[in-house]
Amino acid sequence: MGLFILRRFGVMLLTALCLTFVVFFLTNLYPNLEKLAKTQGNQRMSDEQVEAWLDNRGYLQPTLVKYGQWLGVAPGYQKVMNDGNVVGTCTRPGSTAENTPRFCGVLQGDWGYSTVFKDEVGKIVGKRLANTGYLMFWVLVLMVPTALLVGVLAGMREGSALDRSLSTFSIITTATPEYVSGVIFIAIFTSSTVGLKWFKGTATQAMDNPTFENFFLPVLTIALYGMGYIARMTRASMTEVMTAQYIRTARLKGVSFTNIVTKHALRNALIAPFTVIMLQFPWLLNGVVIVETLFNYKGFGWALVQAAGNNDIQLLLAISVVSVFVVLVTQLISDIGYVYLNPRIRIS
Amino acid sequence: MEPLSWTGSIAFLNPILMIALAALVISIVVWILGSIVLPEAPMTVNADGTLSSGSGLRVLTQTALQYSFVACVALALAYVVLGILMGTGAGIIGAISQQFLPVWLSLIILFAMSIAFKRRLGLYGKLFDSPIGMIGFGLVMFWVFTGIFGAMDLIVTHDSLSQVSGMKNKVPGTPLPNAEEGQYAWYLLGGDNLARDVFSRMVKGAWIVVQIAPLATMFAFMVGITLGLPAGYYGGRLDTFLSFLANLILAFPVILLFYLLVTPEIVATGVPNYMAAVLFVFPILFISVLLNSRYYTRPNFRTPLLIGVLGIALWLYLSLISTDGYIINTDAYKIWGLPTFLDLFDIPGGILVVFVSVVFVNSPTVFRIVRGLAMDIKTRDYVAAAQTRGEGPWYIMLWEILPNARGPLIVDFCLRIGYTTILLGTLGFFGLGLPPESPDWGSTINEGRKLLSIYLHPALPPAFALLSLVLGLNLLADGLREESLKD
Repeated sequence: MGLFILRRFGVMLLTALCLTFVVFFLTNLYPNLEKLAKTQGNQRMSDEQVEAWLDNRGYLQPTLVKYGQWLGVAPGYQKVMNDGNVVGTCTRPGSTAENTPRFCGVLQGDWGYSTVFKDEVGKIVGKRLANTGYLMFWVLVLMVPTALLVGVLAGMREGSALDRSLSTFSIITTATPEYVSGVIFIAIFTSSTVGLKWFKGTATQAMDNPTFENFFLPVLTIALYGMGYIARMTRASMTEVMTAQYIRTARLKGVSFTNIVTKHALRNALIAPFTVIMLQFPWLLNGVVIVETLFNYKGFGWALVQAAGNNDIQLLLAISVVSVFVVLVTQLISDIGYVYLNPRIRIS
Repeated sequence: MEPLSWTGSIAFLNPILMIALAALVISIVVWILGSIVLPEAPMTVNADGTLSSGSGLRVLTQTALQYSFVACVALALAYVVLGILMGTGAGIIGAISQQFLPVWLSLIILFAMSIAFKRRLGLYGKLFDSPIGMIGFGLVMFWVFTGIFGAMDLIVTHDSLSQVSGMKNKVPGTPLPNAEEGQYAWYLLGGDNLARDVFSRMVKGAWIVVQIAPLATMFAFMVGITLGLPAGYYGGRLDTFLSFLANLILAFPVILLFYLLVTPEIVATGVPNYMAAVLFVFPILFISVLLNSRYYTRPNFRTPLLIGVLGIALWLYLSLISTDGYIINTDAYKIWGLPTFLDLFDIPGGILVVFVSVVFVNSPTVFRIVRGLAMDIKTRDYVAAAQTRGEGPWYIMLWEILPNARGPLIVDFCLRIGYTTILLGTLGFFGLGLPPESPDWGSTINEGRKLLSIYLHPALPPAFALLSLVLGLNLLADGLREESLKD
């Protein structure tokens, strides 16, 4: 087991390195750098000025060198301008040649400086992640029990009325992407034309003061899209368990149906959904980006959109590291959890 | 001109529909509760050994459900038929159903022909045995026909880009201020915030989805199959390497990838063109290996066949990737492609990048599915038989394994078209790739949502259109899965 986890960590590290390099390469293509220079410097810079601006800040070094600087294995770029200002990869506004560190990369714990938010990347990501983490927590609280309940209820009697209606419900939710369900919810529950006005159409206030009124719709929107898939997987697993021999034996012994479901079937039926729930996290990440944009909730997804829209290289890199980390860790947990939960694999 | 109401002169149907819908909802609830509370219908064994179930309360709830459902469907049909006959006399619904007349006719012809010949149509014919599959197929074909006829300017009432002054954000059914002769006199689903017709834009948006989504999914399948079969069949280093690459792409959050790939800056660097040049090679590889592995024992037939097929495929490939005589045309450097007079069609850079990135995102998942199937099927006896016969590995992969993996692949194909539709919508929603005035559903939803708290009508039609298409594809996949499991 230890070796397995160690190997997985090795693969994880390699994946993260490859992915960040891809992100690095794409964000450092010249047209992207030109955009960055123009948004940071001046929209009406001439081509020569753009090149000089980029050259002074070390953006025109070879990609591998810059990547090494970002990682912290190569010394940072630094240049003293004519007016005495220091610019470079490791500098912050107001820093001088003396107090600038020689290395500033991920290995040194320095995630860089966001050009959009004018702040340390580490701080921004932490703050935004806290917002999103809060959102995700409530999404999971709503989504997982509901999905499991729907799946178990649908799967315990295959082909029954309950099964058919719950299956229809889960198919509809999987067919409704967040930007459709979100728009429909906003239209029905918040607009002045329909007049229900039960909820608020934006979650901007929810960052400081989350209430049911301003926070429920974003949570529901993300939860619904993921719910259908988990419910269908649970249903499939439940129907499979319900046809097993030991369930028939229990039935023939005269165990009541409620007892069969709760004591005999449920535990075995919940192994497969666990994996599915874990693998659902990367999808939730997508949902988070859409919903945070739709409801204007300033979390991780919103930061991603801002960073990508303005080619904020270091913030984008940090964001991709975090999301890759989330994806790979959830994969690891699902693998380990599957082995742990399934006695047939654990013991052999 | 008078503004149109929703139902016009067939408003007398509305209370009946309301009653029918209420009856349907109540009977569904009773049916579900009944299935839990009520005892099962009593079974009696007849003298000849057959079983017959008595008419318990449970059967009653089911009958009630059936009747109320039939009533709802009949009423909906009545709206459509009366609408087709009366046109704008039957309000907005009537006018819309009249506009959709070619779609209704095609659907009726398609379903009639398919049901008549369903025993001879294989899996497709069996689809018409499953109600769920039929509903799904109907929804999908509705949007396919809408897309095709919309592209032929049959259904649309106005140009999807032209603005009519005074129609900004007007509610559904508003008449044009001074309609000219030959111009449709109403905005059936209202105007958006640039005073364009919401209905026509929704219909035109269907064409974009119908064009891109199946084609992109097909390319993703070609890539996934061409790489997944050898990975699963050979295993070993090749498998490890390809799986690592697939996991690498899958670990990327889709939206981050889109934001990195689908920007005007990236288009300017020519990266999408390189990706297109690589990804579009796979279908050619697939076809040539497919044909070669089958006919290599008959060189006299194989060689002309391959030359012909590959010639056409290469020509299409070069036309696809070259624009204005160049494969890659950036400021810094150019690579020559097919000369313009041989170039069959040009794909604008915006569409190409959308297409390429959707293929790129979808193919690793297909790869994983195909790989898994190949690993499973390669242990079967018929594969061992083919190996003993001395067949080549590619023959076994493409002519023994692939046909036997078709069931799950067809089902996944349907689901994946739906997923691709959602991805296209996501791209439009973030304003990536397609031009901002494009009528695709994602972009129109994005535009409409900004004024959602005051004006509902610009955002809701494309939202429901996308929902129904994806729902149709999911139901179709479910029906296909059910029917293919019956064999």
